[in-house]
Amino acid sequence: MVKIILKDIHNLHKIDVYESNGGYKALKKAVKKMKPDEVIEEVKKSNLRGRGGACFPTGLKWSFMPKGNEKPKYLCCNGDESEPGSFKDREIFEKNPHQFIEGTLIACYAMGVKTAYVYIRGEYYKWIKLLQKAINDAYKEGYIGEKIFGTKFSADIYIHKGAGAYICGEESALMNSIEGKRGYPRVKPPYPAKNGLWGNPTTINNIETISNIPEIINKGGDRFASVGAPKHPGTLLFGVSGHVNKPGVYELETGIPLMTIINDYCGGVLDGKEIKMVIPGGTSMPPLTKEECMTIKMDDASLKKIGSGIGTAGVIVMNEDTDIVKVLIRITKFYYHESCGQCTPCREGCGWMLRLLKRIDEGKGRMEDIDMLVNVANNIEGNTICAFGEAAALPVKWTIKKFRKDFEARIKEVDLKLPPKNIVHALR
Amino acid sequence: MLTNKEIKKINEIKSHYPDEKAALLPLLWIIQEKYGWISEEAMRYAGDLLNIPYEQVLGVATFYTMFNKKPTGKFHLQVCTNVSCMLRGGYELFKYIEDKLKSENSESLFTIEEVECLGSCATAPMMQVNNKEFYENLTKEKVDEILEYFRKSTKKEN
Ligand SMILES: Cc1cc2nc3c(=O)[nH]c(=O)nc-3n(C[C@H](O)[C@H](O)[C@H](O)COP(=O)(O)O)c2cc1C
Ligand code: FES
Repeated sequence: MVKIILKDIHNLHKIDVYESNGGYKALKKAVKKMKPDEVIEEVKKSNLRGRGGACFPTGLKWSFMPKGNEKPKYLCCNGDESEPGSFKDREIFEKNPHQFIEGTLIACYAMGVKTAYVYIRGEYYKWIKLLQKAINDAYKEGYIGEKIFGTKFSADIYIHKGAGAYICGEESALMNSIEGKRGYPRVKPPYPAKNGLWGNPTTINNIETISNIPEIINKGGDRFASVGAPKHPGTLLFGVSGHVNKPGVYELETGIPLMTIINDYCGGVLDGKEIKMVIPGGTSMPPLTKEECMTIKMDDASLKKIGSGIGTAGVIVMNEDTDIVKVLIRITKFYYHESCGQCTPCREGCGWMLRLLKRIDEGKGRMEDIDMLVNVANNIEGNTICAFGEAAALPVKWTIKKFRKDFEARIKEVDLKLPPKNIVHALR
Repeated sequence: MLTNKEIKKINEIKSHYPDEKAALLPLLWIIQEKYGWISEEAMRYAGDLLNIPYEQVLGVATFYTMFNKKPTGKFHLQVCTNVSCMLRGGYELFKYIEDKLKSENSESLFTIEEVECLGSCATAPMMQVNNKEFYENLTKEKVDEILEYFRKSTKKEN
């Protein structure tokens, strides 16, 4: 397996170890030997797609930034990482922060950016400290700051600490949060490349996306494009949690079969049980049934074909004893809690979905409630300023579509034969 | 409310942004680290320092869940119950701690709160304490030990 980010090198988080393993060579190559446009071309060639959930082609996104210098330009690195089931960016801050810093600087050079902000969720107290230490070291060595490698290129990197709001991971809410405001998403267009931070051209990229850049510059875009699934190349940091024997973050090539990840890397399903449901990419991605799990390959194109998506590659595995109604309640409770409240369909709809689900769970549900849930979800989807609406609606729609029997059984009070001491049952 | 040294720190942070208002979140963080929560007085102070109306500071402080709008116990236990933690016993853990605190009458020392996913799903169940350290792969025995440790650490201080 190719490893691009989480390489097996002891103490790679230290700047001297990073340097002695070829670190900051890509930055040197970019600023000394390449024109900014050539860097963007190389990233386009690599076919790198955003790792923040939407899979947008990174090179294309960078090319939207205006070329001139009339206005200051900004880069925001998105380390909000608050989608339940996602915990991969934290691994980069801990194990390979300099590769991320190097990628950030190359991105700044390519787009003519002088200031990059790294937005990190406030809960990552420890990881903010780790990254700050790495940034300080890179400043000391002259990789960040004025006249990098003796060229005209200068850039600063600052960490901006969040304070507990999932919505701040949405790119326009993130920019408002940096500006010192409530994390409200903005209406688009105008898009950030035209009208972002303080009304200036801005690009937002995920931490993992940026961390791939040095490899692309070092070895070339074509080489990167040849790794993993052709339409979604490279590696992904799969964060596997739930009912597996060895949960954790595994860097694996895109297109790897889900069951290989579960069985060969994660030691199989906990207690040797069967799979009931798997969420492939954080809670906003529609779930997979056991049958789908058996054949699915983990890349965006393959998952899209069956109505789901790779999201943040946060894989949540649930075994045969799992109470699906309770799981969906917990997911919906999250979105209800995190809705920013700007758009009525989302603010009110999430509350309605939660109340309907609870009613079903308490045995007071009616058969019509199931379709009503889908109806409410349909009325959220597409009717909100940002994609939070979809994030909240899709799990409800698809869980019901794929596990309708579980909901009907709860309403009919049929015993699902779940073990009495099922740990999932104790929902408050 | 803040010392000269802390004001200097804020001025340094202001220089990271073209608009001083962007220093609001960092400033609220500094205040909360010092006092444990953010009072109305603190919000007015923050507004004066950055030329932001009090109402707007209030709007921001109440939007973000990590800013405490009232004082907490000395140890603020933030237990995750989101899906991955729930699958690994997050709710049992929450209930266990809640009952334990009640029965030991230690609710003034400890505040327990149910929180959303903290990005530690592979080491579930878990909790964060005072917005800082993560305590992962928790069991009841581990929790007993951790709470005991906190209790002792305050005794030493007195
Ligand atoms: C509700 C919501 C939450 C999001 N949270 C995150 C997040 O925590 N981290 C992230 O990188 N992207 C998140 N995104 C996606 C960002 O808006 C944006 O697409 C992404 O950061 C772009 O980076 P990429 O092109 O490198 O993927 C979120 C989107 C939505 C709608
Ligand atoms: S679900 Fe608890 S840390 Fe992610």
